[in-house]
Amino acid sequence: MDKPTSTSTQGRLRLERYLRTFAGIVIGVFLLWRVYNVIVLQQNFGADTWVRFGLSGLILGGMYALIAIGYTLVYGIMFMINFAHGEVMMLGAFGGFFTFEALRFIPAPTLSNPEYNFLNAHPFISVLLAFLVGISISAMAGYFLEKIAYRPLRRAPRLILLITAIGASIFLQNLAMLLFGPQRKNVVNPDILDRGAGWIVNVSGNDVLISYTGIFSLVLSTLLMIGLYILVQRTKLGRAMRAVALDKNTASLMGVDVDNVISKTFIISGALAGAAGVMWGIHMGLVNHYTGFLPGIKAFTAAVMGGIGNIPGAMLGGMLLGVIEAIGPAALGIDFQLKDVIAFSILVLVLIVRPSGILGEKLSEEKL
Amino acid sequence: MMLKVESLQVFYGAIHALQGISFHLEKGEIVALIGANGAGKSTVLNTVSGILRPREGAVAFEDQEIHEVPPQEIVRRGVIQVPEGRKIFSRMTVTENLEMGAYTHTDRAEIARDMESVFERFSRLRERRNQLGGTLSGGEQQMLAIGRGLMAHPTLLLLDEPSMGLSPILVEQIFDIIQDINEQGTSILLVEQNAQMALAIADRAYVLETGKIVMQGTGDDLLKDPSVIEAYLGGH
Repeated sequence: MDKPTSTSTQGRLRLERYLRTFAGIVIGVFLLWRVYNVIVLQQNFGADTWVRFGLSGLILGGMYALIAIGYTLVYGIMFMINFAHGEVMMLGAFGGFFTFEALRFIPAPTLSNPEYNFLNAHPFISVLLAFLVGISISAMAGYFLEKIAYRPLRRAPRLILLITAIGASIFLQNLAMLLFGPQRKNVVNPDILDRGAGWIVNVSGNDVLISYTGIFSLVLSTLLMIGLYILVQRTKLGRAMRAVALDKNTASLMGVDVDNVISKTFIISGALAGAAGVMWGIHMGLVNHYTGFLPGIKAFTAAVMGGIGNIPGAMLGGMLLGVIEAIGPAALGIDFQLKDVIAFSILVLVLIVRPSGILGEKLSEEKL
Repeated sequence: MMLKVESLQVFYGAIHALQGISFHLEKGEIVALIGANGAGKSTVLNTVSGILRPREGAVAFEDQEIHEVPPQEIVRRGVIQVPEGRKIFSRMTVTENLEMGAYTHTDRAEIARDMESVFERFSRLRERRNQLGGTLSGGEQQMLAIGRGLMAHPTLLLLDEPSMGLSPILVEQIFDIIQDINEQGTSILLVEQNAQMALAIADRAYVLETGKIVMQGTGDDLLKDPSVIEAYLGGH
């Protein structure tokens, strides 16, 4: 990046900033007008619908947030966007799926029900096992991804790393398709986590179903985020990760093994994505080799929206994106199939109006 | 012999930064490397610390070659560098910075004792222990950088331009502290542009010019040497 040395470049930069703010205000006013129109004037939907949308947004947002943390951690430490991260999540989803499948075929007959299987006989152990397997697979995928694809390019220009990441993403997708077949697989949950079951709550005269899988996902993703925050802020590994992100040379002068910390960062990112993948399978119910693609780039959008490199930003961005995506089509009065368009419009808007994200600071020149 | 550097050749890409440098440091000594900007002083320290690899030559610490040992292992052996420009972790608190200094240590009680003794030496740091490193003044940052180095229990402390950007009073204080650390048994390799101060406290010193050692001697001798006075002490 060239430094703004002459007054004319400074003037141009200032003009650009005004234009950005102006564009932001225009777009913001338009969106507000549109939302006002739909919600207040037309009143197509009752309060129960908004609660339903908001809740499903939060649930989805929790998963986005877990994946977004991985983008942000890796960006913070290596200044690269790991575009294969969605595929890491997909592998975790398969891990959960296959664990459930395997456990379903282990018989655990009881006197009253000779057909009973392990999955339903021990649902808690089964779910725990599914998460353990999914998380382990994704953590290993993250570890080997860095070791095989990224480490040899540590000193290469960053564009090359980016292209490598896209290549790794395509490779993992196709590998999963070859191994598991292209068709969508139904994830069969234990009966207690049946996707149609949940608490019924009455909102303005209508019943709203709060599904067990949804609440389970939301609670678990929240717990994992709290755990990650404690890990980064309070533990020795977390301090080392922050130190490496701030200054690799100085961190190694403190005795930090930088390569090792980078490996562990990929393992942690992978583990969180794996947890999100298993949740995705449990809550959404369908898994195939393409499962990681959309959540992956949406989580990237969330990470950029919150401020890439900033962990609370990734959490906030993920939650916000989930909610906006869920209530957006209804609030703007557009087709529900356009919800993906909303997510990516947000990416474009953030990049125009506030490229550093909600909680991000201006990137220093040293980091650019 | 504590540190022995032999005909060290270091390149930055095509730039021949060190062109065959040899020097040594005995246990308990303060040895200064002085020279102008770009003479290669920091390159020497970074090669000793293992961040840069020599193309030729050897670095031996306590009679073991370390020029192919990774930096974190060199730190474990007791060679600690306080880098140029302090390099405080700006978004971490003073306490966290000090804990990073003790990264290779695991005994929590010992770390707590070490931190207490750093706070005793630098009471300003105790007042600011929960502040982010980036919010400290230059002098406080230098104290934190030295304190962070001490947390690792250095056998050999490498100090890179500790006086840079500090007021004359602070420079005096920092050099007093360096002498004090040395008297408590830590050997010191000091890189300085402030030749006057460095030579005053150094047992021996080497003068670097564009990647070569052009002169060496005791600190007192070099202080009186006409060519050193001419080139590095302002000619008075």
